[in-house]
Amino acid sequence: MEVNTIYLDNSATTKPLKEVMQAFMVVNEQYYANPASIHAMGVESNELLMRAREQVADILHTEAKNVLFTSGGTESNNAAILGLARSNTHKGNHILTTEIEHPSVLESVKQLDQEGFDVDYLQVDENGVISLEELRAKVRKDTILVSMMHVNNEMGAIQPIVEAAKIIHESSRAAFHIDAVQSFGKLPISFNDDEGPDCISISGHKIHGFKGSGVLAFRKKMKWQPYALGGGQEFGLRSGTVAVPQAVALSKAARVAVETMNDRAKKYRQWYEEICTQLHGYGEAVHILSTPQGAAHILSFSIRDLKGEVIINAMQKRNVIVSTSSACSSKQTKTSHVVEALNLDEHFKKGVIRISFGAYVTDEDIVKFKQVLDEVLMELKGEYK
Amino acid sequence: MIWKEILIRYGELSTKGRNKMDFIRRLRENIRHAFADLGHLHIRTERDRMFIAIQNEEQMDVLVKGLPKIFGIQSFSPVAACEKDMEAMKKLAITIMDTFKNEQLTFKVEVKRTDKTFPLESHAIQREIGGYVLPQFKNLSVKVKQPDIELRVEVRHDATYMMAQVIPGAGGMPVGSNGKSLLMLSGGIDSPVAGYLMMKRGVRLEAIHFFSPPYTSQNSLEKVKVLANELTKFGASIRLHVIPFTEIQVLIKEKVPSNVSMTTTRRMMLKVADKVREEIGALAIVTGESLGQVASQTLESLTAINAVTNTPILRPLISSDKLEIIDIAEKIGTYETSIQPFEDCCTIFTPASPKTKPKLEKVEHYESFSDFDELIERAVKNREVYIFPKKEQEADKFADLL
Repeated sequence: MEVNTIYLDNSATTKPLKEVMQAFMVVNEQYYANPASIHAMGVESNELLMRAREQVADILHTEAKNVLFTSGGTESNNAAILGLARSNTHKGNHILTTEIEHPSVLESVKQLDQEGFDVDYLQVDENGVISLEELRAKVRKDTILVSMMHVNNEMGAIQPIVEAAKIIHESSRAAFHIDAVQSFGKLPISFNDDEGPDCISISGHKIHGFKGSGVLAFRKKMKWQPYALGGGQEFGLRSGTVAVPQAVALSKAARVAVETMNDRAKKYRQWYEEICTQLHGYGEAVHILSTPQGAAHILSFSIRDLKGEVIINAMQKRNVIVSTSSACSSKQTKTSHVVEALNLDEHFKKGVIRISFGAYVTDEDIVKFKQVLDEVLMELKGEYK
Repeated sequence: MIWKEILIRYGELSTKGRNKMDFIRRLRENIRHAFADLGHLHIRTERDRMFIAIQNEEQMDVLVKGLPKIFGIQSFSPVAACEKDMEAMKKLAITIMDTFKNEQLTFKVEVKRTDKTFPLESHAIQREIGGYVLPQFKNLSVKVKQPDIELRVEVRHDATYMMAQVIPGAGGMPVGSNGKSLLMLSGGIDSPVAGYLMMKRGVRLEAIHFFSPPYTSQNSLEKVKVLANELTKFGASIRLHVIPFTEIQVLIKEKVPSNVSMTTTRRMMLKVADKVREEIGALAIVTGESLGQVASQTLESLTAINAVTNTPILRPLISSDKLEIIDIAEKIGTYETSIQPFEDCCTIFTPASPKTKPKLEKVEHYESFSDFDELIERAVKNREVYIFPKKEQEADKFADLL
């Protein structure tokens, strides 16, 4: 890719921050010993690991012993859902989730469905948001797990986590898991309150950390079964030599993300509005999937009767990188399940484009993007008329 | 911000006659020390209570979280203030009572009118406020005798003060008000708990640990440092004396029959500890011994060990069950650290069958063939001393990485 490429696919993954890469290098050079070793070098890297864990715990307002380092969002989601469901069968058999979850959640609950769990899905409205009424109606005494995405990866809808948690905790003994992969570092989340979620998944590479690193954190100690068997690392829940450099890098990326969150959020909101204004100017040709109530860093829209892939190619020719609805499903030809759930007009189903902002995006990039979008639409809509 | 000050009720020290002012001064210093991060606190002391002025919400949060750990406090209450105006007072009463909205409770309003120029009399104020608050909280009912909550209103000259919440303190006496002792800190579950209990009785601690490299690892020493640091959370700094003990242990293993070697080891430790105690000017030695728990903790063993000194040995856990000790360890946050499985100086040379009833004369006889005194002198002289809480700088070699 050329140097002046404008990268607007930060919800797929981000470029690691310089200081995160620097820390990763130093840990690999100096603190590479196995943190489980009892020699001085092991003790030192274990100390570093503890510090990284404490820092993540502080950010989430939980305790270090409730923070587990994983290989990423998918592992965190899999582990949370399978673990919490299978170890709570004495309380019930019912699992609730939404129809617009990430595949790592949907496939996990499908697996549980096959194992005999009773899985229910909450629908979303055209804004991508669940109905609390439906949630209230569907949570049962024997519900043992509710898993919900905080911010949707394809169009940025924010679920009412706090209200949902209240309903769930009032009417069941269910554990409430949130997939915060797209929201952590962008929206405030915390465990400090008894009425919040019980369990949270975070991914390192969505916050300018590294691929292959994630966190699964709990609000308090919970009944949960180990899923990687072996040397008993990570409190016996996830065996395997702990990747200290990844843990440190994630901890640093998380700290920077939270510290810069408000400033970035302001910028993202401004860009979001500027681009929306331009999109509105195209009238009937464009439909915006994202809503102003959603997250500011994801803006998803669709061009009438065009294919997403065509738009991506056209923009790429001009050094602007955007994505179809999600990187995970963009290689499949069928319409994404999220787009299906939003009940979109047939004319708009194929042409969904997602742009997503990150720490490296600048005001100039957005100016350029708006120009390029104009050019591309002129070109393509001209051809297709 | 509605908060004005925190009222602190003293623990047992209220009953301590002539030394009382000393205790109060000590408590004030400990509070200042524990909350040094908050900058200079304005603390006003009276005979039966103490007031900390509150400047902002953040200060309030930190104090409410931290005060329950400070010994010498029976309970404390956040005090709010408002203008001397009935409407403002009613509003403030609602804000305060809102804290209790989740419980079914009985309450009453208690009014004191120091400012006699205030137009309404105490009873009238009481009726007005009670009558205003009650209908707004379904969970409250009035009870005049021994209610769950008393909403106390005081109309003073500068403002009206109000409080209802009574938060329990840690009890005990201010650390330092009962002199200094030396704690034998092994790294197990018991000794930190023993230290905690003595601190609760107002004893300032220094700690001593016996380190036998290469038989015990750096990990076990790190663990003891963490424990010493944990104990400082209860309101005082702690010095940790680390004794190089390998030489002595090796000599014991060579020269003393294995079934009494454990008794001798404990005797040598106590001798070393007593020398350190003398140097630092402490009055007693504290141990985590609990009767019958292990071979060295039978009455016979304790007698044989104790024979090396006349210094008072304080054993706050002597009659506690292991489970009771674990409960306290969990409560004070030392349990998780204590159970980390590293070799320590007590487990490493443990013989297969130590005598549970060692005879003092026999032990002394076996020891008489070797010159331990010189080694003891050397161990005391070569000890390393660490001060806790750890200075920030030292802790932060990882700061750049995180």
